[in-house]
Order: sequence, then C-alpha cells, then structure tokens
Amino acid sequence: MSRLADAFAPLGLILLLLGAWELACRLTGVPAYFLPPPSQVAIAAATGLPVLAPAAWNTLSVALVALALAAAGALALAILVGLSPLLERAVRPLASALQVTPVVAVAPLILIWAGIDHPERAVIALAVLVAFFPIFSGAVTGLRSADPDLERLFDLYGAGRLQKVLRLRLPAAVPFLMEGLKVGAGLAIIGAVVAEFAAGSGGVRGLAWQILDAGNKLQTDRMIAALVVLAVMGVAVHAGLERLETAGLRWWRGR
Amino acid sequence: MSAAALEEVEVDYAGRGRALGPLSLTIGAGEVVALVGPSGCGKSTALRLLAGLEPATRGQVRRAAGRGETSVVFQAPTLAPWMSAGANVALPLELAGLPRAEARARAVEALSRVGLAGTADSRPAQLSGGMAMRASLARALVTQPRLLMLDEPFAALDEITRRTLADDVLALWSQTRPAIVFVTHNVEEAAYMAQRIVVLTRGPGRIAGEVRVEAPLPRPAGFRTWPVFTEAAEAVSALLAQGVEAGS
Repeated sequence: MSRLADAFAPLGLILLLLGAWELACRLTGVPAYFLPPPSQVAIAAATGLPVLAPAAWNTLSVALVALALAAAGALALAILVGLSPLLERAVRPLASALQVTPVVAVAPLILIWAGIDHPERAVIALAVLVAFFPIFSGAVTGLRSADPDLERLFDLYGAGRLQKVLRLRLPAAVPFLMEGLKVGAGLAIIGAVVAEFAAGSGGVRGLAWQILDAGNKLQTDRMIAALVVLAVMGVAVHAGLERLETAGLRWWRGR
Repeated sequence: MSAAALEEVEVDYAGRGRALGPLSLTIGAGEVVALVGPSGCGKSTALRLLAGLEPATRGQVRRAAGRGETSVVFQAPTLAPWMSAGANVALPLELAGLPRAEARARAVEALSRVGLAGTADSRPAQLSGGMAMRASLARALVTQPRLLMLDEPFAALDEITRRTLADDVLALWSQTRPAIVFVTHNVEEAAYMAQRIVVLTRGPGRIAGEVRVEAPLPRPAGFRTWPVFTEAAEAVSALLAQGVEAGS
C-alpha cells in the first residue's frame, strides 16, 4: 500500500499542478503566447512529435558521442597522469581552469575553430569539454584508490608498472569510473543544449534549436513542449545510467 | 643457515622520528618466530624490512629468500573484490609469468589445502571473515615461499576461528617448512605458535628479550595446559612489562 502511494506521489503532484495551471489559464484568460494551458502544450507536443523526436535524437546522439569521446580521453589522460606524478602536477591546474570556465563563454571561440560549415563539430567539442572533468577527476581518484597493502603485494610479487595499472589500479577504479560516467552523461546533455544555443540557428537542429525557433515565433506552446521532451530525456538517461551503475557495482563486488 | 636477518637496523620516518631500532634479529631457515610488542613499537615495520617491502634508514637487511620466495599475509585479507577467490590466489603465479591455466590449477589446489575446496569461483564478498583470511593464506602459500610473513593475521577474527587457524598454519608449516615470522600482540597466540618469541620494547622498538618454547610443532592436543606453554606466556608477559618501563 505505502509502496503504491510512494510510486504515485510524484505523479499525483504533477497532475495537481497541471490541473491548477489549466484552471488558472482558463479563469484569468491569459493570452496563449504568454502562458498556454497544459492542454494546448500537450496538443503542440503531439502534433510536433514528428519534428521533436528527431530533434531530441539529434541532441541525445551528440551528447552520447561527446560522452564516449570524453570518457576515452579522460581515462587515457588519467592513466598517463597516474603513471607520472610530475605530469599530474602539470595537468591539474590546467584541468581545473578548463572546468571552471563557463561553456557559454568558450563556445564562440570553438565555433570559429570548427568553421562556419560545421557547427555540429563545435557542439560535440563543447559537450566533450563539459563532460570531461568529472570523468577525469573520478578516474584519477579511482586509479589511486587501490588498497595500499594490495599494492605492496604487487610489488612483492614483482609486478611491473603496466601490470599494476592493468591488473590493480584500473579494476580498482571501476566504481569511480561509473560514478564519473553518470555525472558526465548528465553534463554532456547540458553541454550539448548550451552549445546548440550558442551555435544559434545554424545547421544544428537539436532540441535547443526547436526552443529558439519556437521562441522567435512566439509559439510558447511549442517551446514548452520541447522543454518537456528535454526534461523527460534527461530523466530517462539518468535513470538508465543509475540502473547500469547499480548492476555494474553488483558485478564488480560479486554481490 | 638464516632465511633473513636484520643487523643493527634503524628506521626513521619523516616527521615522526625514530620508529624502530637499533635492532638485530636473525630468522633461521624453517624457524617459526613471533614478534610481540606494545602498539606502535615498530613490529610491523620490522616485518616489512624482513619482507624487503621497505628499506632501513641505517643498518643491514639480509635476505636469503629471492624474488617470489617471500609471502606476506596482512591483518585484513587484502583480496581484490573484483576477482574470484581462485583468481586472487593465482595472482602471484600469474605475475611471475606462469601460464594462466597452470596458475589457476595450482590456486585451486592451494585453496583446498587451506580447507576452502570448491570456493575458487566465489568472490571475496561471498566469503566469511575466516574464509577470506584462509584465501589470503592460500595466496601466500601458493608460491611455496621460503619466508612467510604474517602481520597480525588473526586480529580481526573471533577466538574460535583464531585457534583453528593457528593449528592450520602450523600444519601447513610442517608440510613445506618455510620460515615464518608473525607479528601479534596476543601473548597466548605467540606462545602457542612460535618456537621463539622476540619481545620488543615500547617504540622505537628494541629487543627486550627472547623466549624459546621447547615443545613439538605442530602443537599436540591440550598444549595450552602444558607447563611449558604457561611458563612461556608468563615470561613473555614479564618481558613486555619490563619493555614498557624501559621505553618510558
């Protein structure tokens, strides 16, 4: 009973808020370009689906490609840094500087470098930039997380540097890597959307472009519909990765 | 013939000062020696010196056992959670370059020798504390070491498991007769397991004295009631008390 209530509580709140919104729109007669009622947004979402779905896929695929690139780069750099403490001291401040610089501020520069004909490359690059740091930081921490006594055993048994990385440090880092990937995936979506905004109405037609385009035409219902699709996509990706992480940890721990 | 020896060694840690020494200690081949002392006296440091895991600040460390002939068991089982028990035990052999299949076969055999037959595919998280410790012991024995180091190996276990494991370690010792050095702060455990008990003073540890236990090894049943056991335990306790005074 209480589990059922738990499951329906968020749904109930959403329905309640939607009802209040609908009622308020009808009672006050606020113009639809300012605030359309949820029923109108639903219609806009339904009729706009043939456009919204490919746009959502566009944004999602950019985020996923960026996530894969960021993960590969971050892991490679983390391993190099793990092999050489000097390199780590060299890389840290640069990595932190990149992390704290807002992606919108970097976007115009990347757009120039990507070239006017390839804004999609810039969008991917910017999403990579945002997703990189949490994965890198998690990997560096994870590669150092192995039990020191286990490290001593590897030394005692004459393991080489590479053997220690492959057979001890990397497997020990797996939980940290999964956490970094989960955070990185969320950021990659945010990065992709922000970068699309920065690219403006160029050749990139993701969800952000849908929002911009609808806004320019004062089609507020389309705007909100695109926002809802974006939110649902974000929630789905997060839930999927959360499940993947739980399953991954269970496999790693053997329990 | 000695398996390992410390000659006038001292160990200083940066910021913490002297941790151990000056200390001289010779471990004979096949000898079972207990290192007993108060917390912080540097007994684990002495063990790491003998294992070659750490250098001495001053003095000489002589080790007859070559690479792959020394094994260490720590206080925690120190098994890699992402590997099965069998893979954990096979690890030293695989790192030494043995083919995987042969290493795994010898690991299964080592596991059954410590009473863990049929657990090769279990993960460490699925083993009880005592079983995990046995797996750790199997990993130490799989290379057939000439020098086996045990750093408070049973400290985290309950009394019954602890006593069974003590007998099992001695039974395993009688098969291949490696030199065993083990650190403990349990006086009874030292008197039960060791032929020679070296008592250290309060840190920085120096030798407060030695007690020999002249009795057969592995221990006969009821050994804990023998006068030689109780006398040894009393002598070690007296040396410990002296060592604490001398250190202060």
